[in-house]
Amino acid sequence: MAENIEHLEMCGITKRFPGVLSNNNVNLQIKTGEVLAILGENGAGKTTLMNILYGLYQPDAGKILINGKPVNINSPREAIALGIGMVHQHFMLVPTLTVCENVILGLSKSFLVDLKTATQRIKEITATYGLAINPDAYVWQLSVGEQQRVEIIKALYRGANLLILDEPTAVLTPQESNELIELLRNMSAQGNSIILISHKLHEVMALSDRVTVLRDGEVCADVLTRETSQEALAQLMVGREMAACQRGGTFSPGKTVLEFQDVYAQGDKETEALAGVSLTIREGEILGIAGVSGNGQKELAEVIAGLRKVTEGKLYLNGKESTKMSPAWIIQQGLGYIPEDRLHVGTIPSFSIWENLILKDHHLAPYAKHLLLQNQVIMSHSSSLVEKYGVKTPNLETPTGKLSGGNIQRVILAREITRSPVALVAAYPTRGLDIGATEYLHSKLLEARSQGIGVLLISEDLEELLSICDNIAVLYEGRVMQVMPVEEANERILGLLMAGIAEEAS
Amino acid sequence: MEGVVNSDIIIIILATGIRLATPYLLAALGEMFVQRSGVYNLGVEGIMMMGAFAGFYATLQLGSPLLGIVISLVIGALMGLLMALVSVTFKAEQGISGIGLYMFGWGLSGLLFRLYVGGITSVEGLKAIKIPFLSNIPFFGPVLFDHNGLVYTAFLLVPLTGFILFKTSWGLNVRAVGNKPEAADTLGVSVVRIRYQCLIVGGMLAALAGAFLTIGQANMYADNITAGRGFIAIALVYFGRWSPWGILLGSLLFSLADSFQSMVQVLGINFPYELAVILPYMVTIIALAISYGRVWAPAALGKPFQRGTRG
Ligand SMILES: Nc1ncnc2c1ncn2[C@@H]1O[C@H](COP(=O)(O)OP(=O)(O)OP(=O)(O)O)[C@@H](O)[C@H]1O
Ligand SMILES: [Mg+2]
Repeated sequence: MAENIEHLEMCGITKRFPGVLSNNNVNLQIKTGEVLAILGENGAGKTTLMNILYGLYQPDAGKILINGKPVNINSPREAIALGIGMVHQHFMLVPTLTVCENVILGLSKSFLVDLKTATQRIKEITATYGLAINPDAYVWQLSVGEQQRVEIIKALYRGANLLILDEPTAVLTPQESNELIELLRNMSAQGNSIILISHKLHEVMALSDRVTVLRDGEVCADVLTRETSQEALAQLMVGREMAACQRGGTFSPGKTVLEFQDVYAQGDKETEALAGVSLTIREGEILGIAGVSGNGQKELAEVIAGLRKVTEGKLYLNGKESTKMSPAWIIQQGLGYIPEDRLHVGTIPSFSIWENLILKDHHLAPYAKHLLLQNQVIMSHSSSLVEKYGVKTPNLETPTGKLSGGNIQRVILAREITRSPVALVAAYPTRGLDIGATEYLHSKLLEARSQGIGVLLISEDLEELLSICDNIAVLYEGRVMQVMPVEEANERILGLLMAGIAEEAS
Repeated sequence: MEGVVNSDIIIIILATGIRLATPYLLAALGEMFVQRSGVYNLGVEGIMMMGAFAGFYATLQLGSPLLGIVISLVIGALMGLLMALVSVTFKAEQGISGIGLYMFGWGLSGLLFRLYVGGITSVEGLKAIKIPFLSNIPFFGPVLFDHNGLVYTAFLLVPLTGFILFKTSWGLNVRAVGNKPEAADTLGVSVVRIRYQCLIVGGMLAALAGAFLTIGQANMYADNITAGRGFIAIALVYFGRWSPWGILLGSLLFSLADSFQSMVQVLGINFPYELAVILPYMVTIIALAISYGRVWAPAALGKPFQRGTRG
């Protein structure tokens, strides 16, 4: 084990990818026991910078100093040996292995795997930091929050005393996020250094000691948390003042565009995920679905899109029954869908941006004529969308999977909204988005609403739901607890309903 | 004889079935490691042909089937290395590289045979080793304990490979690399090294399967002696859901059906001959059709690994 990291410094780090300058002369430092937050818009270069620190990428210029001495980090193995641990934005766990096997992967020098000693050490770690986990469970069985804990245990098991967390709370429920923040506080109190990337400013304010802000790959500010405010940070990030989106205009819903009649459906683990859901969404309405994730939201969205079988009950899209229809039929009837897994369900990562933009209508005029794609039409259409929706990309041919999370979401949004759907289903559309992109997405959803599109918005963010929805339904264990106009809702009432407590709330 | 099925015939069918299972087991267990690490090697058949020739020729020249085995293992390792170079280092499409390897092994073994041997020549192959005491047990003795060393090796490899895969550190690395190479990579496990090792082991076992055919069974070499067994071994890996015990089951099912059909011909048992010949293949196809599920496959199967690509 190497000496503890008392002080770490990255100096003049520059990293270029084809067509993008991802990091430009970045300086950053952290000392022991400190919590450093890194802020920045989507695509600002935060993940790239951390991947360099963890040895996954090599910088084109710049150096890294630990306790004043320059070090070379050529691979994750070397980073681990120096005491650096990283929890990646996209989890790095092997689903088919157990928690214990995942934790010791790559460590064991002996011929046989010694699961017993490992389990023992994992239990010690979980006891020290209060992380509950069953070492013998398979990773695919765990909830997202539990998987996160496995990632942290993995780093601690390797003796990390500098822990990098890349958007750890993006996929967690509010409660899990609070637990994680508590845990990180505890860890820094015990002398570990933490680098935290997050788009949630209140978490940054609550946890960090110092904030480094990146903009377009460059450091644009380095401030002490106690000397700044959420507003100031937001402004530093996007370079302009932010105004939260508000629902405007009067609420005058038209005819019903999407209707659930007592719908039942099964989840992935063959349990009942939807147990008699009835809902209606009308033209010009935003209906919010609140609830702790895992209470049927994913299945709700998939059922509408035709991606999951309805076991009982009926669905109507634009007045026609869509219960047993194929996704293709549903798309042609005018359903827009922003799925939870934007990288793999929402786009084809290896396809270029223009291909993804016309994915749903590539066989129709004006994009296709006599079996041939009309390149000129497609290109001018695509470049106008890229401009209008502010997708940051070197060019239209870039594979969509190479874009940052926020930019992938813009591509999907551009495709779905320009098809002028009658109804739009958005599942956690702002997950992992920076505040600028979130604001932009809200404004687009409101624009869709004013065009008479019926919107179903699934979210865990109560603030988001309360600010842009007309009506809010709370989903709990596959059932709708209550549907209420937004004027009657507040965080306390919703919170109670989300926990399944109905009487006191009403 | 007609219609009579006595216990001698059953013993012969079973003993032959066990023997016939050997090449499938060897090749499929090797391919299992390869696929568990995330690569599929369709060149198994070509490696078997090379192993068959190398084992035969070395035995012919050196007069020792043991040396024949050693030489064929070396050749198999080299063929595995070649596949690794092409598909892991140069990241060529795995299906195409595998077919290429098959054609290479097929052409080269045939050429070498014509150049250096020419006609039908027989060699003194491996001798059966009767296990003391056990081979005297009625019925089970002749079925299980009267075979040559390669047969025992193949069957012992079943628990051994299971142990390696599920209990050793290396096996853990293999399973991780085949399911989520990015994760293994971030923990300092070398994806490239593990895949090279698996391909080499897989090549050695495939070559051994080939050598069994020439020096453990036929005691001669003939063109196309492998007769598609390498491809069947690949199917057996899917059938066995990438587990040694599943592969054992599949190999036995197939080889017993095969042994049954050959006995039908030899002994003239009253059973439609045409049906008997296609029986083993039918059994495999039906078993594959009902058992195949993507769920069990290593998630990264067929995908070359490149650090730092997204999606
Ligand atoms: N492997 C890669 N190949 C090509 N370009 C890349 C690669 N990784 C990152 N980039 C580009 O570098 C830029 C910075 O990306 P990075 O992932 O570091 O952003 P980020 O700040 O983490 O954004 P987010 O908040 O969306 O996660 C983006 O423009 C991205 O497209
Ligand atoms: Mg990132």
